Amino acid sequence: MSSDLFEIILLTFKVSGTALLLSTLIGVPLGAVMGLRRFIGRRWVVVLLYTGMGFPPVVIGLFVYLLLSRAGPLGTLSWPIIPELFTPGAMILAQTIIAFPLVAGFTMAAVMGVDPQLRQQVISLGATQRQAASTVLWEARIGVIVAIVAGFGSIISEVGAVMLVGGNIEGRTRVMTTAIVLETRKGNFDLALALGIALLGITFLVNLAMLRLQGRSMNE
Amino acid sequence: MSEQAAYHIRELVKAYEEREVLAIEAMDVHRGEILALVGPSGSGKSTLLRLLNFLEPPTHGWIEFAGARFETGKEMPLELRRRVTTVFQRPMLLDRSVWDNVTYSLRLRGQRDAQYPAQTALELVGLASLARQNARSLSGGEAQRVALARAMILHPDVLLMDEPTANLDPYNVGLIEKIIHQVNREQNTTVVLVTHNVFQARRLADRVAFILAGKLVEMADVEAFFDSPADARTRAFINGEMVY
Repeated sequence: MSSDLFEIILLTFKVSGTALLLSTLIGVPLGAVMGLRRFIGRRWVVVLLYTGMGFPPVVIGLFVYLLLSRAGPLGTLSWPIIPELFTPGAMILAQTIIAFPLVAGFTMAAVMGVDPQLRQQVISLGATQRQAASTVLWEARIGVIVAIVAGFGSIISEVGAVMLVGGNIEGRTRVMTTAIVLETRKGNFDLALALGIALLGITFLVNLAMLRLQGRSMNE
Repeated sequence: MSEQAAYHIRELVKAYEEREVLAIEAMDVHRGEILALVGPSGSGKSTLLRLLNFLEPPTHGWIEFAGARFETGKEMPLELRRRVTTVFQRPMLLDRSVWDNVTYSLRLRGQRDAQYPAQTALELVGLASLARQNARSLSGGEAQRVALARAMILHPDVLLMDEPTANLDPYNVGLIEKIIHQVNREQNTTVVLVTHNVFQARRLADRVAFILAGKLVEMADVEAFFDSPADARTRAFINGEMVY
């Protein structure tokens, strides 16, 4: 059973880690642009982003399911980049869609929290627009880390979407949350509890690491 | 002091949403001079400074600097923009060490070896001992001196200063004025100084310009400006009376 447990934990890391990486790669630049730039239609993008932040994961799971199913708009394309249903790739896609609005939204708020005067002053010192943007992003780093933590929190604990698009197939798409649901239903409370404790431990350790990245003492 | 112009300003207008805040027909800033811009709050002095730093485009008219014209729809080339910098009234320092703040502007230009210039600049502003301290933990006067050091390290052609000593204690005011004077005389840096303080203008400036309601009322050598102002509104402002 311990090898099964290890496999489940490993797949959880693989799926949620990849989804978090993709969400960060999409969400942080998007949030920075939203926080720094003013353009026509920005309000609409903000509304969409905020809607995405509050979207129920199971509904996102349903959309991804319909998109990737054989009759769906993406399922018929058969492109190698588009994952198939009931694979870790489909789970990564669903979790990325869940997490990136959170990463982008919180990044935008963090960037907007930096005094606009700072940007003007660094431009006055000779920064290009890109250098000024990266400086502002660096100044907002604590908020950006919080954004990534929020993204991580939303997918590591998520069960509905991965259940729908992954199918909870043993050895293929079973992750910690879906395994907990299954083992609880089967009455295997010891294993369910062990998985739950492992999940809590992982979440704690990841958040601890993120806090260290913020460069602040834990005592502050 | 060379009389060659650092800036030519012609028919310059700046408006925000139809509201005109600055309208200067003609004005030249001489290379190597200290020009003080005085006037009541909201008269457009800081707006002029932002335009001189090419941070905002004019609504109408132009500013000529180093042979290039800055006007609506035209960005100033980066290499020219980098020859001008501003020290703001409220310096925004980065959440990093004093050293990193001072060397920041050199790093923007890809200059890695900043040891000597940074050390020199910090010694000049009397903050070498605080180099490793986080800049956000400094007092207002110290923060303003860091802002001055990070501007000076660039050896700009033009140093723009927006109320650099407002709300500072007399010690810091004296120190900053001494540094401004030194930078101007030793590096031949053109300084455009916005100040409410007519005494400071008199102490530091070669010429003084009085701006009221976005218009240039009078501009003259410092002695002429204070001893025999041509405009009654200038005289009233110097005497501390309300002017509109």
